[in-house]
Amino acid sequence: MRVSTDWLSDYISLEGVSSEDLAARITSAGIEIDVIEKRNQGINKVVVGYVKSKEKHPDADKLNVCIVDAGQEEDLQIVCGAKNVDAGQKVPVALVGAKLPGGFDIKKAKLRGVLSQGMICSAKELGMNDKLLPKELQEGILVLPAETEIGKPIVDVLGLNDEVLELDLTPNRSDCLSMLGAAYEVSAILGRELSLPNPEKEILEVQDAAADHISVTIDANEQCSHYAARYITGVTIAPSPLWMQNRLMAAGVRPINNIVDITNYVMLEYGQPLHAFDADQLKDGAVHVRMAEAGETMVTLDGAERRLEPHMLVITAGGKPVALAGVMGGLDSEVTSSTVNIFLESAKFDGGTVRKTSRQLGLRSEASSRFEKEVDPARVIPALDRAAALMAKYAGGAVHQGIVEAGSAEVKPAVITLSLEKLNRYLGTELSLLEVKTIFSRLHFPCGDAGQGMVDVQVPSRRGDIVLDVDLIEEVARLYGYDNIPTTAIEGPTTPGALTKAQAVRRSLRRLLTHSGFQEVLGYSFIHPQQAEMFTSLASEGMAVKLAMPMSEDRSVLRTSLLPQLLDIALYNDHRKQPDLALFEMGNLFHTHEKTLTKQPVERPVLGLLLSGRLGNKQWNVQPAKVDFFDLKGALETVFDYLGIQEDDITYEANSPVGFHPGRSASIYAGQGEDKRLLGVLGQIHPKTQQELDLEDTYAAEILLEPLYDMTNDRVAYRDLPRFPGMERDLAIVVDEQVEAGSLIQTIKENAGELLQQIQVFDVFTGSKLGEGKKSVAISLTYRHKDRTLTDEEVAAVTEKAVAALQQTFGAELRK
Amino acid sequence: MHVNKGGTTVSSSLFGRRGLFCFQYKRWSLQRGVRIAMKEKLEALKQEALAQLQDVNDPQQLNDLRVKYLGKKGALTEILRGMGALSAEERPVIGQVANDVRGAIEEVISAKQEAFQQQETEERLRAEKVDVTLPGRKLSQGAIHPLSKVIQDIEDIFIGMGYRVAEGPEVETDYFNFEALNLPKNHPARDMQDSFYLTDDLLMRTQTSPVQARTMLSMQGKAPVKIICPGRVFRRDDDDATHSFQFHQIEGLVIGENIRMSDLKGTLLQFVQEMFGDNTQIRLRPSFFPFTEPSAEVDVSCVKCGGSGCRVCKQTGWLEILGCGMVHPKVLEMGGYDPDKYSGFAFGMGVERIAMLKYGVDDIRHFFNNDTAFLKQFTRI
Repeated sequence: MRVSTDWLSDYISLEGVSSEDLAARITSAGIEIDVIEKRNQGINKVVVGYVKSKEKHPDADKLNVCIVDAGQEEDLQIVCGAKNVDAGQKVPVALVGAKLPGGFDIKKAKLRGVLSQGMICSAKELGMNDKLLPKELQEGILVLPAETEIGKPIVDVLGLNDEVLELDLTPNRSDCLSMLGAAYEVSAILGRELSLPNPEKEILEVQDAAADHISVTIDANEQCSHYAARYITGVTIAPSPLWMQNRLMAAGVRPINNIVDITNYVMLEYGQPLHAFDADQLKDGAVHVRMAEAGETMVTLDGAERRLEPHMLVITAGGKPVALAGVMGGLDSEVTSSTVNIFLESAKFDGGTVRKTSRQLGLRSEASSRFEKEVDPARVIPALDRAAALMAKYAGGAVHQGIVEAGSAEVKPAVITLSLEKLNRYLGTELSLLEVKTIFSRLHFPCGDAGQGMVDVQVPSRRGDIVLDVDLIEEVARLYGYDNIPTTAIEGPTTPGALTKAQAVRRSLRRLLTHSGFQEVLGYSFIHPQQAEMFTSLASEGMAVKLAMPMSEDRSVLRTSLLPQLLDIALYNDHRKQPDLALFEMGNLFHTHEKTLTKQPVERPVLGLLLSGRLGNKQWNVQPAKVDFFDLKGALETVFDYLGIQEDDITYEANSPVGFHPGRSASIYAGQGEDKRLLGVLGQIHPKTQQELDLEDTYAAEILLEPLYDMTNDRVAYRDLPRFPGMERDLAIVVDEQVEAGSLIQTIKENAGELLQQIQVFDVFTGSKLGEGKKSVAISLTYRHKDRTLTDEEVAAVTEKAVAALQQTFGAELRK
Repeated sequence: MHVNKGGTTVSSSLFGRRGLFCFQYKRWSLQRGVRIAMKEKLEALKQEALAQLQDVNDPQQLNDLRVKYLGKKGALTEILRGMGALSAEERPVIGQVANDVRGAIEEVISAKQEAFQQQETEERLRAEKVDVTLPGRKLSQGAIHPLSKVIQDIEDIFIGMGYRVAEGPEVETDYFNFEALNLPKNHPARDMQDSFYLTDDLLMRTQTSPVQARTMLSMQGKAPVKIICPGRVFRRDDDDATHSFQFHQIEGLVIGENIRMSDLKGTLLQFVQEMFGDNTQIRLRPSFFPFTEPSAEVDVSCVKCGGSGCRVCKQTGWLEILGCGMVHPKVLEMGGYDPDKYSGFAFGMGVERIAMLKYGVDDIRHFFNNDTAFLKQFTRI
């Protein structure tokens, strides 16, 4: 809401309060003002002039030489290039020595040999927002009304000595969508008296009763509780007076003609939107308010044909819709230059109904936005009267006797009982009853003593946001000043603060991974539908969840895996010459089993890892190695170790999960036997994808976090240190290439018995020496007995047993 | 060879006991002239050897001289061959002289050897010198994402003040995201935040407040409640330097018997001073949120200029960082708390905004572009 301080001064004295000061005080009382617009953007020595004559410039086709009476000692000769300049006009004249917005100085000059003693100005040259001007004045010089006084400073004529406060209203303060509301607020803040218009007394009616010409019926009382109208005849459509146009422009509304301007002016003043119909276009003057019928159509003011739906409220005449209630009028009943008789509407339409209609049709206006927030029912009639009085005064109309109305304007005064004790307990203050009552009187909320520290507060209907005692407490608090509320510490029992186990585990992982060289990243939760298909989702085997109205296809589906985003991030960095990446993210995946969503989708936290390029920092003399499968697997194993997860509880299976290199990828399982569940996937990104993205060999993994929370074991139990030496035996085993090292290890473990303490692969190779399709796996075994030193014989015996099992199971041979 | 043991010099030469006393001594009275000659020879040998040793300047030469004078076939042995001609009384005397000569030479050789060794060591160490200005090999370190870092910092401050950290789903029902927070359908305040809906009833949460509503229900009316809820939220917004359709919030909720607005002020003041420094001040301005009454926006004194006015605070000295208020009685009621018995406060802040202020980041998109050149700047924090 743009509040002109000039206009505001009609209702309350602003003497001695600068706009900046006022804005600061309004802001600290709860309505933010970020912008104060000075309408005079630096105009000096610009006055009203009368163009006495216009001659063509002797040497320039497009220029005119005008003789102008600007109230100076002598007439001025001014060269003007505007097409619309003409003799007999009143125009703004920048005198020699004048200043214009943008730092223009006007000097005496010769234009193509002809002396020019000033400049005739356009609105734009005066710093006015020409979008708000009537169309005919947007081009060329600004032509002023004929009655404008010659020589008068233009800033006075155009009301440019005004400063406009832009109120940034929260949804509860729709009362300040009106000048009167703003005046009430300023009155409460400054503690100054209000002087409000009294339209009932201003209005002069003619004898003829309006009810003999027009009628009103309502068939939708829930959506329209009150509909009032006045009948005004014999109006002359013309521009509205300049002062009104100036105020409309200050408020950001474009002047159109006297009738439309008056409805807008009163809407801005009272917050009550009005609509003026051309009464002669309403059949029999009989207006009926009802819900639209399915399939009904109407053409709105903007020329568009609208398909109506039964939830929309319409104003009809002769059975046909003539306006969408509170949203937009119909084209057929619009006020035009030939309109003579006016049917003036002032009504209370239901906010929700207006909101739904305006949203659905994409028609938001000053009127609809006021109705949406519920207008003050007590202002329906005063606003109607005020507009009618102005139409009589400025459009020459005759206001017919009486208001024609349906429904009721009756407003029940809301009385809320407030306890002083509660107020002070709630705020932590020590206010007295008198202080509280003083604040309410500044707000113009009548209040009475209810005894025992209780106050009965009557809330005016303009403040529909105040319903509960806490709402009154807020009113007191904001006018008392939030700064004056003390600062205290909570009293009462203390509570221990803590992270949940899940949060603690995620923090540990973040610490471990960053200290191990991984960089944390945060991707978007929305991805492209194709990205949702790239990898097996760990969330479940269900479907991806779509947004109903995405902002773009790239961000239209909830992510089913972190990996597509990690790849995007890798690519982004690769394009910036940062190809060596170790990244991780922790975030949620989404999935559903429902074709049509009826409940919240499955949401699973996961850890995603990505390695690309080379591992570790660039060094002089040392080239870090390119990352491979085992760097990534090792990182995961480190994670599992760090969380205290038993090695045996995690297994890897080479079953080529979707999206990965089929030979360099695995699924990870947690638990054993019946409890075994999919925990995650890891591997090289499928070479086809890498090629498409033009990315180097990239490895990625994704694991579910919830199972990790459960498996995490941070209890450390000390074990005795070995007191007897261990014995090491190295085996080099030749087997078929397909045989997995994991199965060799498993077989050895099963057969070597309890003495085997540690088993480690230390070399794997293939070569022609070994024979076609064979590989050598070198394994180091460590044996130890906790109570004695082992003998060669017993170590040899268990080793042989293991070797025999390898031979039997895999046809393994010992390499000599 | 002389070996130093606790300051005593022990001779282990071939002139030791056995060597000396194994001689058969005969004709002793006739050999006085021989004795004098030997003594002189020994003395001359010593002088010669010491003179030569003085000029030695490499280990090889030193060894040659050692062999020449003290070796098995060396000059000293040669002279001592003549001992046989001496009497039994004279032999020990000459033996003593020979030992002294030998000791003197050995001492010099040994000193020289040590000097050579030290020189050699010094040379080797000199050769091993590195260019200490070459860069070291750093350990690989990643950084916690700045948003995670800010969330952790805020969590820690509130954990220290006795808050639990609560979490909730990112896809919410209309009920928990709006209605349970006093935002019924068609409420004009819903305009404040255009949302990403999945269906008519499900949406990406637009705030972390639904976690408060869920926590209240799960507490089943028990008090006190003291939680903070960090998390990811979503609103329809075109991305630019200060807007992102995805961002993070942290909200706090306290419910108890006698929670006052002044407690809210005290809590926030403590928080901002721990977060931004002891001199940070707060300013509350009345505002509107459907789920609180009274409501306030909270400004902190500018983290950059401290309040004197700068570009960051647009010359106002203040930065808006928080929204807060006393929990609306309807929200308490829907959460299972009797508003006549309990009161509470709630507050919320945008993590990105705090991170931008704290680290001076000028574009919110940096947080989700994940340029490692940006992220690595936070390795130190």
